Amino acid sequence: MGAIIDSILPPAASWSRVCLRGTALTLTDLEGGANVAALLYRAADPLERYCMPDTLKAQHVSRLTEGVALYSDMGRVLASVTDDGVGWHDTITGHALDEHIASRWGAVSYQEARNGWRRSARHALLVELAKFGLGARDLVANVNFFSKVAVGEAGELSFEPGNSAAGASVTLRFELDTLLILSSVPHPLDPIEEWSPRPVRLVLSAVADAAADDRVRMACPENERGFAASETALR
Amino acid sequence: MSIASELDPATARLSVDVDAGDGWIAELAAGETLRIVDLHGNQAVDTLFFDAHDYANRYSAVDTLREQGSAYLTLGSRLLALDGRPLVTIVADTCGRHDTLGGACSQESNVVRYGEHTRHMHACRNTFLMQAMSWGRGLEKRDLSANVNFFMNVPLTPDGGLEFADGISAPGKYVELRADSDTLVLISNCPQLNNPCNGYDPTPVRLIVWPAR
Repeated sequence: MGAIIDSILPPAASWSRVCLRGTALTLTDLEGGANVAALLYRAADPLERYCMPDTLKAQHVSRLTEGVALYSDMGRVLASVTDDGVGWHDTITGHALDEHIASRWGAVSYQEARNGWRRSARHALLVELAKFGLGARDLVANVNFFSKVAVGEAGELSFEPGNSAAGASVTLRFELDTLLILSSVPHPLDPIEEWSPRPVRLVLSAVADAAADDRVRMACPENERGFAASETALR
Repeated sequence: MSIASELDPATARLSVDVDAGDGWIAELAAGETLRIVDLHGNQAVDTLFFDAHDYANRYSAVDTLREQGSAYLTLGSRLLALDGRPLVTIVADTCGRHDTLGGACSQESNVVRYGEHTRHMHACRNTFLMQAMSWGRGLEKRDLSANVNFFMNVPLTPDGGLEFADGISAPGKYVELRADSDTLVLISNCPQLNNPCNGYDPTPVRLIVWPAR
């Protein structure tokens, strides 16, 4: 089946769309070293949104990868990671603010660089949220696809360069109609000295619903209950 | 890291005990100090903070962890708002480590974690909502995000795991927060009966507030 969408999210840009149940989005890091900050809201009621703490504690994980479900704050699975060639996607360190862009790489305005200007992820996410009547109060902990922030024995956090290679992909299957908001602004902990945001390919395709023996559903009893809650909401 | 406080409860402007399953909401003026005392040990005190002049500018767990470079809160941690400025700073701590990734229990998350039989058990997010409604001023569910769990021990593992470990707190341990700016504090004293973190026995905590010095 052909793709519903096959497009490039340019470096340091943003994107939003209601992604329907029955579709999956594959994000591909075209050059390696990309970062895609992501927020998810239930399209039918955006007051229900991706919940980092509920996602982590339901599955006893501190990062996302293949087999992990993304929970809403209402006990339902919004989306699940069905394929992952990366292995670790951060969700505990947020996204770049204007101050990070200015102090790390230098601020560059639209007047100076036209569409090469350096918007922060905060700026980009708020603009996309505003398109749906949402705003700062709806800004919760995001996912950072392709980025790894390792946790040491004493809790020390360190960004791991090279976590995502050129061509690496991750696929997100939507279990409920979900407003997805993306920003390809670099992660604020990325130590790279030059401003070098990366492009990401987005392919949205029709897929089958999660089967009874689906890997993400069966990953733990918690996920069986979370999937059941999503499926109950459809009826 | 641990350090005790020199503040004397006799000079406090407020001292109140919050029972397990109850909540508390109040403003701290800039410079005021709030001590939370784990009276019986291993209690989880689910707490949210808001800029008292702009509730949209609220505590952000992920901004706080990233900027301090550590996954746990402890002495010296500055709890940042979404705008990157500190709301409160941990200025004394006899426990040593506090969680901000495990979130607050809710009826819905209890069903996911423990099963359908827990759906109607009391939960922190119900307390947050009741306190928010009593406070009014527009505070509502939309304003609830990842909270602090004072006294709770949720270690992360290098391979990407997360555990709910035995508490490291004990009777009488406390944490003290100094308000860096006028801050609204919203607390749920966790009623969770299904988690070994509190020994399956939620207990009261004491809140003590000192004026700015």
